[in-house]
Amino acid sequence: MPDSTVMGVHREEQHHPELLHHFAEPQQQRDSASLGMWVFLATEVMFFGGLFCAYLVYRTKYFGDFGAASKSIDALLGGTNTAVLICSSLTVVIAVWAAQTARKTLLVGMLALTMLFGLAFLGIKAKEYKDKFEEHHVPGASFSFDHVPIPGRPGEYANPKHAEIFFALYFVMTGLHALHMIIGLGIFAWLLFMAWKGRFTPAYHTPVEIGGLYWHFVDIVWIYLFPLLYLIDRHP
Amino acid sequence: MPIPNGPQGERENYLNKEYGIWSWLLTTDHKRIALLYLVSITFFFFIGGFFALLIRLELLTPIGDLVQADTYNKLFTQHGMVMVFFFLIPSIPAVLGNFLVPMMIGAKDLAFPRINLLSWYLYIIGGILMLHAMLAGGVDTGWTFYAPFSTNYSNSRIVEAGLGIFIAGFSSILTGLNFVVTIHRMRAPGLTWSRLPLFIWAHYATSIIQLLGTPVIAVTIVLVAAERALHLGIFDPRLGGDPLLFQHLFWFYSHPAVYIMILPSMGVVTEIIACFSRKRIFGYSFVAFSSIAIAVFGFLVWAHHMFVAGISVYSALVFSFLSYSVALPSAVKVFNWTATLYKGSIHYDAPMLYAFGFLGLFTIGGLTGLFLAALGINVHVTDTYFVVAHFHYIMVGGAVMGYLGGMHFWWPKISGRLYPEGWARLAALIVFIGFNLTFFPQFILGYLGMPRRYYDYSHMPEFQVLNVMSTAGSTILGVGYLLPMVYFLWSMRYGKPALDNPWNAAGLEWKTASPPPTFNFDEEPVVTWEAYNYEELDGSHIEEVPIAR
Repeated sequence: MPDSTVMGVHREEQHHPELLHHFAEPQQQRDSASLGMWVFLATEVMFFGGLFCAYLVYRTKYFGDFGAASKSIDALLGGTNTAVLICSSLTVVIAVWAAQTARKTLLVGMLALTMLFGLAFLGIKAKEYKDKFEEHHVPGASFSFDHVPIPGRPGEYANPKHAEIFFALYFVMTGLHALHMIIGLGIFAWLLFMAWKGRFTPAYHTPVEIGGLYWHFVDIVWIYLFPLLYLIDRHP
Repeated sequence: MPIPNGPQGERENYLNKEYGIWSWLLTTDHKRIALLYLVSITFFFFIGGFFALLIRLELLTPIGDLVQADTYNKLFTQHGMVMVFFFLIPSIPAVLGNFLVPMMIGAKDLAFPRINLLSWYLYIIGGILMLHAMLAGGVDTGWTFYAPFSTNYSNSRIVEAGLGIFIAGFSSILTGLNFVVTIHRMRAPGLTWSRLPLFIWAHYATSIIQLLGTPVIAVTIVLVAAERALHLGIFDPRLGGDPLLFQHLFWFYSHPAVYIMILPSMGVVTEIIACFSRKRIFGYSFVAFSSIAIAVFGFLVWAHHMFVAGISVYSALVFSFLSYSVALPSAVKVFNWTATLYKGSIHYDAPMLYAFGFLGLFTIGGLTGLFLAALGINVHVTDTYFVVAHFHYIMVGGAVMGYLGGMHFWWPKISGRLYPEGWARLAALIVFIGFNLTFFPQFILGYLGMPRRYYDYSHMPEFQVLNVMSTAGSTILGVGYLLPMVYFLWSMRYGKPALDNPWNAAGLEWKTASPPPTFNFDEEPVVTWEAYNYEELDGSHIEEVPIAR
């Protein structure tokens, strides 16, 4: 055994202020953080995967009812939200680039703009929920979906119970997605604060990068939710 | 074989570096977090064991005399929930894995030490919710939460218990995430993948399951809770929902969860067998990749829990076939362990006794698993004690034996003290005898037709003899589990100080002090040797020369 020496002093000479004690070098720390986020996103894929699986089962089982129920959602609001999120992804990418190239004002601006898009998304979402509430499309005691024709099948009406399952999935899926948006806004508020204090440099900007990864992931989930929930029966 | 040594002096280590409650509750040292987990899972183990003891006491007589049906339902439900989610799943990964993964790969800590601490707190929050749910009314659905009973009819604390499991699940995910990143990014120079201890491979495979399986049970719990609270119809057939979907989602996690319990145990047993046979493990890469294979195949067999639930006969055939395929990597491991023993210089220390126990019990558990994978026999023994015996042979005979073996093997490293070897061998023997006496009669009971989850078998009084044997065995088993706790605690104060490497074992964790310093190694290790180089360590690398022709 080597003699007992003072611990953790070697490599002190190249110690970067943001480098944590158990990493040998900044590159290792960056790689670990980014791999950690990717692995976490894999767990998120499985989390939403369970819901997509449930959706698939019932869409197959209650094909027409799902079409009818889907048609009752405002696709214009959903489409606007899709556009809002795609724009927010762009601002995130610009923010990461700004962090890498030491453009502090741009970084702060882009982070703030991303948050603004995120809030706009949640606002539009709230409007959608309010509409559904007023139309009695929220599953539960006051749910009603009577005499809604099934698209493409004249004279047939959607079974309210089956449509209720569509709305149950709609609220659970978009609700969990919105929850992820809110968490994302929290992360971005922290990033904004740190960026404003000038903590990010070309040498240290991992938080912006992995925060951005998370934001993109939440966007991608929406890219799948949007057609499945809004667009399945829009043909004339 | 353990070599006691003289006074160690008071060199600074992770245990004596700081004192006081906050130095533990706010620590980010993976070794201290491992001990936090050790204390908490031991607590839950005894709670789960208490429920088990009450179950066995009730079944001592054919009539329902100790408890009534409702209480009995809660007993077996809570026994299952506590043991599965709060003991078995965190047991080896969160205690031994937390302690050993960074040390075995020559790192100072896990990649994300603060997330590691967070995962312990999540576990504790989940545990408190679970405890409260049990005290404030209990849960009576069985640990499987089958819908629509759980979503509609049961009048017990399902949402709260579910939330506890949901939160504890995130603790499990974060542990797995930490391990994957650590194993990828933090290995010491020279420590290639093919030089890693097989304990690390086993934990890597376990982490994959934790990462990809746990989110699915999480979202399933969300759906159950939403259905209960908001009267959605996702699983309720009256509202057009499909209860089979619940079972698919549930078992998609809960079958692989069995491998979360057994794979780390296999890793522990691999280390022990190599050390106490003084040999390199036979077929290193086969053992390594069989862990990965078990993790992958484990995701493809879940519907064998649903053969009588009304799935189509064709999918049942496919799932039956795939369930058989899990036997292949498992058998590869058993054969390789056996081949390692062959011509080894075998030492019968306590860890090795547990490893032998594991070998026998896991083999029985695995082979009866094949009975259950066969469609015809499965229909005959579904929901009988045969199934109960089978999975206890895997989860208790396999996972817990490995856990105890590992605790003994690494106790000198963890505590810096030697446990009393004589008592430990005795305890290993008691556990083995008690275990078999408890669970072997249950195979027979199940095959004869005793259903699980019944508190009263007065219409079949001939089952009493076997039930009495099982209950008697469970008390012996209980003593066997109490003993290690007592002498481990005793040894912390009175045990002989341990050498840095009391077993003369291979592996980086033995190349630092016992107990290790906070950053594990005084100098960053550089690995230039293959794993399990016991021949080199013992200087026994002598060619066998045939003496006479």
